[in-house]
Amino acid sequence: MTPVQAIIAKELRSYFVSPVVYVVGSVFLLIVGLLAYLYVVFAGAQAIQLMQTQGSAQINLNDLVFRNLFASIRFILLIILPILTMRLFAEERKLRTFEFLLTSPIGINEIVIGKFMSVFLVFLGLLGLTGLMPLILALFSDFDWYPVLTGYLGLVLLGALFLSVGVLASALTENQIVAAFVSIGLLLVLWLLAGLGSLLGDTAIGQVVSYLSFMEHYDHLVRGLVDTKDLVYFFSGLTLMLFLSHRVVDSARWK
Amino acid sequence: MIEVQQITKRYGQHTALDRVSFSVAKGEVLAFLGPNGAGKTTTMRILTCFMPATEGTARVAGFDCADQPLEVKRRIGYLPETPPVYQELTVTEYLQFVGRLRGLSGKTLTASIQREIERLGLGTVQHRLIGNLSRGYRQRVGLAQALLHDPPILILDEPTVGLDPKQIIEIRELIKNLAGSHSVILSTHILPEATAVCQRVVIISGGRIVAEDTPEQLSARLRQSEKISLTVKSPPADTDSRLKTVQGVQNVFTSGAPGTFLLECELGRDVREEVARLAVASGWGLLELKAVSMTLEDVFLQLTRHEEGLAPERVVASAESAGQSA
Repeated sequence: MTPVQAIIAKELRSYFVSPVVYVVGSVFLLIVGLLAYLYVVFAGAQAIQLMQTQGSAQINLNDLVFRNLFASIRFILLIILPILTMRLFAEERKLRTFEFLLTSPIGINEIVIGKFMSVFLVFLGLLGLTGLMPLILALFSDFDWYPVLTGYLGLVLLGALFLSVGVLASALTENQIVAAFVSIGLLLVLWLLAGLGSLLGDTAIGQVVSYLSFMEHYDHLVRGLVDTKDLVYFFSGLTLMLFLSHRVVDSARWK
Repeated sequence: MIEVQQITKRYGQHTALDRVSFSVAKGEVLAFLGPNGAGKTTTMRILTCFMPATEGTARVAGFDCADQPLEVKRRIGYLPETPPVYQELTVTEYLQFVGRLRGLSGKTLTASIQREIERLGLGTVQHRLIGNLSRGYRQRVGLAQALLHDPPILILDEPTVGLDPKQIIEIRELIKNLAGSHSVILSTHILPEATAVCQRVVIISGGRIVAEDTPEQLSARLRQSEKISLTVKSPPADTDSRLKTVQGVQNVFTSGAPGTFLLECELGRDVREEVARLAVASGWGLLELKAVSMTLEDVFLQLTRHEEGLAPERVVASAESAGQSA
């Protein structure tokens, strides 16, 4: 077992002995399930209406259910992922195990990657469970799988980005609550940059600001559009955040 | 094994360590003594590559702490002030994690864990969560962690804190057994501990090394005069001057409790007999008379308090630090 694997294994163990994952996971799945139900019922109501007015109904589940759902999950992730990441470094610093970790014969990059990977695996697990919903829908209806899959790809990338922001926030402080709020704050700012970008319109600055926000990149994927530009955005954002975490952890030793 | 040269550590305006130099040979046990905030932990953190020094160099097993931290870290077992344990893991799980971080695996890992569990008496608690263990057990788990990969160098920050007297003796025995094959630096503010397990003592105060020697020599060097404590039942007002008439008595202090006097005498002269005769003859009601030997404790207090009248030149081995504390 390499040190990174050892850290992943230990972090996963820590996640699953504490109630946090169970609580956060249940809330996440409950809300996603509820939203999915609501969107499906609305789609059903719309179909009935169309039947009555036009005699026949051809509704698009991709538009009516999945796009709405993917748009809503974005917001749930923004709230719950910082709760998952907040403990990663803050707890180590609070409980004085930080010094132990940094005097172990492993690089800081291995620590950061190990911690990120552990919470990313937890997130993938939760996301995997929501996969039940399209599977069940597929039993009773017809929809285009392609945008659903790219939507999930978008969720994975978006989640990874959110988690890396959370890792950074957790490295900044020894207080978990502060870490959670800092990452929610940072993510909201990233979100609102999209609004600022559209306000600035089609100028150079406006485009740069819009590009910085994850909104349009995620939207492309949800609409079934896989563009290298968007993938580059997510991967570079992720790398930047993990690199910054590395720097923050490294500089924490100097104080 | 460990060589520290002119290390200085500043936190902003505050200087935590000021040109500290010392070295530890292979197999030697060195005690770091000093009051709280003297710089013991800072020195250890620099040696374990947790933080870099502002100036100066530290070399461990031939590797520079600043340039090759990974090589240094591989060769050090470090027990920080607070045992670095994860409460949500059991003792065995925790040691597995620690071993894997240090590159142990398979049978070597299992054997190392078993060895430390036995050595530190953790057998009964090995499957319990560390969060449910008492302070003493956690401290032992912390020690097991430091010893797990059998490092040639051990750095222990107050290793016996939180243990009961029996355990303290066991841990001291353990450290004594490690001497010879391991180089050990341990910090403590319990003075008998330093005397019990260490070949050499470094006394550090205000970020400076104020003394460095064997425990015996330290107390011998500081002893500038013999001291005698005398307790009598009913001393008259002129007891002081009467005592001074005894040949060899240089100074008389009244100390604390009524009727107790502290006599400073010439070196190598035992005046107890004469003092006793005087006390009995004068009818003061002699209760107690004893020679006061200078313990390491007194040495420590004298050195770290910067008392006036103490000539540090006589104490400090190295002339350079002597001038500063005078």
